Amino acid sequence: MSAPVLRIDNLESFYGPIQALRGISLEVREGQIVTVLGANGAGKTTLLKTVSGVMDPEKGTVKLEGTEIQGSEPDSVVDKGMVHVPEGREIFPLLTVAENIQIGAYTRKDGDISDDVEMVYSYFPILKERHGQAAGTLSGGQQQMLAIGRGLMAKPRIMLLDEPSLGLSPLLTEEIFEIIARLNKEQGVTMMLVEQNAAVALGVADYGYVMELGRIVMEDDAGVLADSKDVQEFYLGISAEESQRGQRRWKQRKTWR
Amino acid sequence: MDFLQLVISGLANGCVYGLIALGFVMIYKATEAVNFAQGDFMMFGAFICLGLTNTAHLGLNFWLAVPIAIATMGALGYAVDRTVIRQMFGQSQVAIVILTIALGFILRFAAGTIWSHEPVSLETPFAGQSITFGGVVLGVNEILIIVVTVILTVLLYFFFSRTRLGVAMQAASQNQLAAYYMGIPVKRIQSLVWALSGALAAIAGILFAAKGAIEPNVGLLGIKAFAAAAIGGFGSLPGALVGGLIIGVVEQVTSRYGITGLSQIAPYALLLLVLIVRPGGLFSQTQKKKV
Repeated sequence: MSAPVLRIDNLESFYGPIQALRGISLEVREGQIVTVLGANGAGKTTLLKTVSGVMDPEKGTVKLEGTEIQGSEPDSVVDKGMVHVPEGREIFPLLTVAENIQIGAYTRKDGDISDDVEMVYSYFPILKERHGQAAGTLSGGQQQMLAIGRGLMAKPRIMLLDEPSLGLSPLLTEEIFEIIARLNKEQGVTMMLVEQNAAVALGVADYGYVMELGRIVMEDDAGVLADSKDVQEFYLGISAEESQRGQRRWKQRKTWR
Repeated sequence: MDFLQLVISGLANGCVYGLIALGFVMIYKATEAVNFAQGDFMMFGAFICLGLTNTAHLGLNFWLAVPIAIATMGALGYAVDRTVIRQMFGQSQVAIVILTIALGFILRFAAGTIWSHEPVSLETPFAGQSITFGGVVLGVNEILIIVVTVILTVLLYFFFSRTRLGVAMQAASQNQLAAYYMGIPVKRIQSLVWALSGALAAIAGILFAAKGAIEPNVGLLGIKAFAAAAIGGFGSLPGALVGGLIIGVVEQVTSRYGITGLSQIAPYALLLLVLIVRPGGLFSQTQKKKV
């Protein structure tokens, strides 16, 4: 088994007095896509923010290839090889598409940047077509592609993806996830993927964690998770039995409660 | 001819306002704070140059004093952000506004104590020289102001659009959080923006002092530059320059042809008019965030 690229131990994070992460431990191995599922407010985004250094944890460790990085500034985290593609795209609206992509390579000093620009364009041909346009004028799906492409430019050892499906049509979501899977296979980009859309996330992931209220409540291979009754019921929306006027539902309990 | 001369003199004044306004806008864009000491930065930069070059003080060569004054103000801008403003990170806008106003008071007092409260003029090698050009008499200082401003505009344009640091500054001002995520050291970039606007203020101050006497309260003309920035659409660099030029010309023209006192209110009347007709300013870059 390959060594973990990212290992998180007992991570705790607060917003003021409110504890958002209640001791999270997980690991992401080389070449894997690991997904973290959960509903709104489960702490998924907080987890990514804490890992990438935008928020500082109260307790616990984050190890990137064996080096502890918790509490360090985001720019040094990017430099060490972890890039965070934030939720809701967050592109630079008045810069052109090409400038947005260039900014992704800000921390790099090597000379292969132009090759990687071509690599990004080969995965997202629409960005090449629109390279001179202000990024704010792109559609939502194109902005998401731009955000992913910009993240790739940092040549990360691991990429954190926060809800790439947010606000996209099912068709576009599928398209983006296809590209994510290809990037993982062809470029060997290790990914940690946070999603509400469990169906598509489990479709591309190797391993999955389920988060609820700041805790990890389940973890397993993606295929096993997709087949588990709880995940099916609560995250995939498949009912086990026909319910009569929904009477059964209130009694239904999650196995981890 | 008379009118043309007025316009050129107005443009020269306007360049100074525009340069101060540029400083306002750059800091506003990068940090979302307004530096109300920008006018006093200008005054202080002018006094540093004056203190270095005037015979009553150190008597250095003018062309040596200028870069020293610019560099000193750049360093001062950096230091102010690094030591004071950054500590206020996350505080309300009002707190930062009051802080910068206080900073202005300190600079005014310091300048008065070091170099006197009396109006003094900067001794430049080109003082009093003029060129007659087709019946129009142009002061060398006025031509120099316009030329320097044009050169600075071109340089700044290339800096912001072509260099890695300039593009990163734009990125950090458009989306601070995303800049963080991309590994741009946002805090250092903000300090550098303060340094840049400090240096710009020094240039504006030296140009201004080359035109006439300065005294420590001259920084209050920063208010006019503020109006220029607002007319241009706070947040737009070309807008700030154009706003400055408009105010400079309007001021000169109204003082020649208007009734007494009109030239003093004209810039602000114009500001009100622009705010009523185009609330975003002439060159507003409005961006609505999509969810």
